Amino acid sequence: MDKTMSAAAVVGRLESGMTIGIGGWGPRRKPMALVREILRSDLKDLTVVAYGGADVGMLCAAGKIRKLVFAFVSLDFIPLEPYFRLARQAGSIETMEIDEGMFLLGLRAAAQRLPFLPTRVGLGTDVLARNPQIKTIVSPYADGRELVAMPALDLDAALLHVERADARGVCQVSGPDHYMDDVMARAAKQTFVSCDELVDSSFFADPARAREVFWERSETTGVVHIPGGAHPSSCSPMYGFDTAHFKTYAASAGEENGWQAYMETFVAGGEAHYQQQVGGLDAIRALPLPTY
Amino acid sequence: MSDSAYTLAELLVCAGSEAWRGDGEVLATGIGLLPRLAASLAMLSSSPDLMMTDSEAYLLSEPNPVGGRGADFRPKFETWMGFSRIFDNVWGGKRHAMVGPTQIDRFGQANISCIGDPAKPKAQMLGVRGFPGNSISHANSFFVPSHNTRVFKAGECDMVCSIGYNPARLPKGYSLDEVDIRLVVTDLCVMDFGGPDHQIRLRSLHPGITVEKVQENTSFPVFVPDDVVTTPAPTEAQLAIIRRMDPHNLRARELKDNPPGDRR
Repeated sequence: MDKTMSAAAVVGRLESGMTIGIGGWGPRRKPMALVREILRSDLKDLTVVAYGGADVGMLCAAGKIRKLVFAFVSLDFIPLEPYFRLARQAGSIETMEIDEGMFLLGLRAAAQRLPFLPTRVGLGTDVLARNPQIKTIVSPYADGRELVAMPALDLDAALLHVERADARGVCQVSGPDHYMDDVMARAAKQTFVSCDELVDSSFFADPARAREVFWERSETTGVVHIPGGAHPSSCSPMYGFDTAHFKTYAASAGEENGWQAYMETFVAGGEAHYQQQVGGLDAIRALPLPTY
Repeated sequence: MSDSAYTLAELLVCAGSEAWRGDGEVLATGIGLLPRLAASLAMLSSSPDLMMTDSEAYLLSEPNPVGGRGADFRPKFETWMGFSRIFDNVWGGKRHAMVGPTQIDRFGQANISCIGDPAKPKAQMLGVRGFPGNSISHANSFFVPSHNTRVFKAGECDMVCSIGYNPARLPKGYSLDEVDIRLVVTDLCVMDFGGPDHQIRLRSLHPGITVEKVQENTSFPVFVPDDVVTTPAPTEAQLAIIRRMDPHNLRARELKDNPPGDRR
C-alpha cells in the first residue's frame, strides 16, 4: 500500500466548511507546510481545532477560519500570537474556548466514538457560561455530583507532522513529546501526515523505533514527504523553532498590509520558494533546539 | 552579598517557595521565571520530595537551572512526562501549580484569557489554558509581580478561567472547601484565602510595605488578622541555591528596575 501524496493533493481532499484538527503544540511540530498549502488555496469557513501557534495565527490572518476551538494560541517565547489577537479583538471568528484537558477529552470522545466524556474540568468557570452547547450531567451513581459532558471533537480531517514515516503511514515521533497527535489521528475521519523523511518500512524493525510509533497505520490516510515541513515550528530532535522568523512574522502583524507582505514574500511562491526565502533546508535543519 | 542587599525578586522567590512546604510528593509547577525558581528552591530545600518537569517532557530528579546551560550539561531525567501524562497527573490531584493570572477577583477566581468582553475582547491574551482543570483538580498558588487594582479587580474576572470560592458558581454536590487556593505572592505581600468565608487574608508584608498600601492596591477588602508578620529575608543558604538555579541572573530582569527586597 502506498499512501504518499502531495500537499496539493491533501488540500484537494479538504473542503470549505470542514472541521480540521492541527497537531503539535504552540510553536512545536506543526504541519506548517500543509498549513501554507491551505493558505494558498480557496478553502474557507474552516472550523480549526488546535493547541494553537502560528498555524492558527496564519489561518486567522488569511481569513480561513470561521470557528476556532482552542485552549490557547501562543508562540511560547512570544507569548501572545499576534494575528490570533487581531482576529479576536476584531471579533471576526467564532470561538469555542475550552481547557487544555477538556480539549484532550473531546478528542478522546471522538476517538472512542462517544458523544461525550464526563469530567470535572470546566465546572465553576466561564468555559461553561461562554459555551452553552457544552452541557452538564449529574452522576448516575451515589455521589450525585454535577459533571461536565465534554462533547466529542469530531474531526473531518487531521493534519500532523512527524520526523519519519513510511509509505504505508507508519509514523515515528522520536522527539520528546507526541503531544495529542495520536488522539487527533483517531478523532479524525482522515489523517494526513507530513514527514521530514520518508523511510523504508524496515526502519521500524528495531523495537526501539517501533516504540516511537503512537498510532497504527490504519489511522493514517496520506503521507506527504516535505523535508523541513514543520518550519518555522520545531521538529525536535531534528531542528528547533526559528525564533528570527517568528519575530519577522510577529512584526508583520504591526505593519500596514503586513500579512499581504508576509504572504507574498514567503507563502505565495510555493514551498520550494518558501524554503529558499528562509535560508534553505540546511539552515532549517541547523536551527538549535530551544532551552526550556 | 549580605542579607540587606537582596532583591525583591529574590524575596519573592523565597516567599513563593513556602507555598510548597509540606506538600510531599506532588508535581510542583511554577509558571514564569520567578515561580519556577520558587518551586526549584522548595525542591532543593524545604520540600525535597517534590517532583518537577524540565518544562518540556520529562520529570527531573533535580531542577534544571534557568537559561543557557552549556553543551556539557546533562539534565537529571527520571520519568517521561509528556503533555498527555500531565493531564493524568492533574486530574489525579497530585500537583500544586503557581500561576500568574492577569486578573484575580475577591473569590479567588482568576483570568489569563482576555480583557474586556470575551465575545470581542479589548485585549486577547493566552486563552483559558489549563486553569479550569487545574483549579478543580489540585492546589494552586498565585504569583502577582505587580500588585494593583487592575489585577485584584472589583466584581468578577472578565473571563473566569478558574473556579474559586464563589457560592454562586459552585456546582451541584461540591463544597467550597474542595477549592484549594494556597498562597498569593505579590510584590507587596503574601496573602491567602483563609479569612472569614474564604475572604482574601494578609499573611505577611514585604519589608517597607504597609497594610494601607496593600488595601489601596486591592479593589476588594483584605482581611487583616492580628498576626501579620514581615516576610522573612532570604537566608544565605537560600540565596546560594537561587544563584545556582539562575546563574545568568535572569531574575534581575523580571521586575521593573529590579528593586531591593527591603524597601524601608
